[in-house]
Amino acid sequence: MDPASFEELAMPLFDQLYNFAHWLTGDRTDAEDLVQETYAKALRGFRSFEEGTNFRAWMYRILRNTFLTSRSGLAAQNTTAIDDDDIGAVEVWTAHAVTPERLLLRQESRQLALDALESLSAGDREIILLCEVEELSYREIAQVLGVPLGTVMSRLSRARTRLRQALAATAPGKVG
Amino acid sequence: MACEQRPAQLAAYIDGELEPEEASAVDEHVRGCPACAAEIAALVRMRRGLLAARGRYVPDPALRARVRRSIGAVERRRRSSFWLIPAVVGFAAVVILMAMVWPERSLRSEGFGEVADLHVSDLASANPVDVVSTDRHTVKPWFAGRIPFTFNLPEFAGTDYSLIGGRVAYLEQQPGAQLLVGLRQHRISVLIFRESAELAHAFPRASEVRQRDSFNVATWQAGDLRFVVIGDADPGAIGKLVQMMKQANP
Repeated sequence: MDPASFEELAMPLFDQLYNFAHWLTGDRTDAEDLVQETYAKALRGFRSFEEGTNFRAWMYRILRNTFLTSRSGLAAQNTTAIDDDDIGAVEVWTAHAVTPERLLLRQESRQLALDALESLSAGDREIILLCEVEELSYREIAQVLGVPLGTVMSRLSRARTRLRQALAATAPGKVG
Repeated sequence: MACEQRPAQLAAYIDGELEPEEASAVDEHVRGCPACAAEIAALVRMRRGLLAARGRYVPDPALRARVRRSIGAVERRRRSSFWLIPAVVGFAAVVILMAMVWPERSLRSEGFGEVADLHVSDLASANPVDVVSTDRHTVKPWFAGRIPFTFNLPEFAGTDYSLIGGRVAYLEQQPGAQLLVGLRQHRISVLIFRESAELAHAFPRASEVRQRDSFNVATWQAGDLRFVVIGDADPGAIGKLVQMMKQANP
């Protein structure tokens, strides 16, 4: 029985990984470099990948680690705190106070969601992307970020709160 | 309105990350809690808004082609060594035959093979030790409650050896201690397990330092414990560590 080749496993993830890379770097050239380097690294390390474990999470992890050590990744870390577990001073933002999300029902307000996502810190944006956009499970996200499952839950919860605050801030003519 | 439901719990609910019984508890709760129902609706709306971020950036087809080409080139090169397969199969047949002729012997090699695997995978691991140490007083207590026995560590201070740390290892499905000892550039594993029928079968009762594959390895039994020392240091250095461990665990 032939084990699946790297190409068979990795190429179907190409579009997803590129989308994630572009969101992380915010730039087409940087995203292309990042994806190329990720595939090269993953191919070199493929023998160390344990069959039966999660390949997708493994690829995202390599991409993210490559990004964090790249020039644009280091810049992102310098301007925003990637890990703010100890701060946690986000006020609780409950739905019955303000509901800017209602705006999203309208097609033209999709842009608002993207703007709000872009306005987040690198750490918040990253975890929202992994969960909501790339649709990784909490377990996969834990693997990608190298943190325990409980940290994924709390970090994600805080990132969502801040995303909603950002949405409220960008919404023209506040409702509610 | 105050509600004890944690926001992260509601988020996990819409992410489909709760166990069935937890999910039905949230179901139950939400039916009677308008605040949480509104919260869930808001999370779902936000998710819908974020759909726009999915596939927002599309890779240039040229990039995909470039990556695919470079992967293909490397993988073809690797495959070209596949002619070795018949040779490997032939070799395996000989090994199986030997295993049938000398079952006892092969079983013992297997014991050593497994500890060699433990040692190598430990060295290759990003976290070779789970408890980092510079002296025996932090490592030994760490194992309490993690393994079903205790053992003694010699004093490494003043010797060429240093205790790097330890972690729990498994042999024959039994938990045991794996200690990583440094000697200059060398890394030596000291494995300690409770002696069992399987281990007694897999290892000789005691052996002097012997070369196995590219490692020097020694094993012995003391009380109800089985010790194995394995590393790439020279036989004399392994032997000295064996003596230190034996003195600490008579």
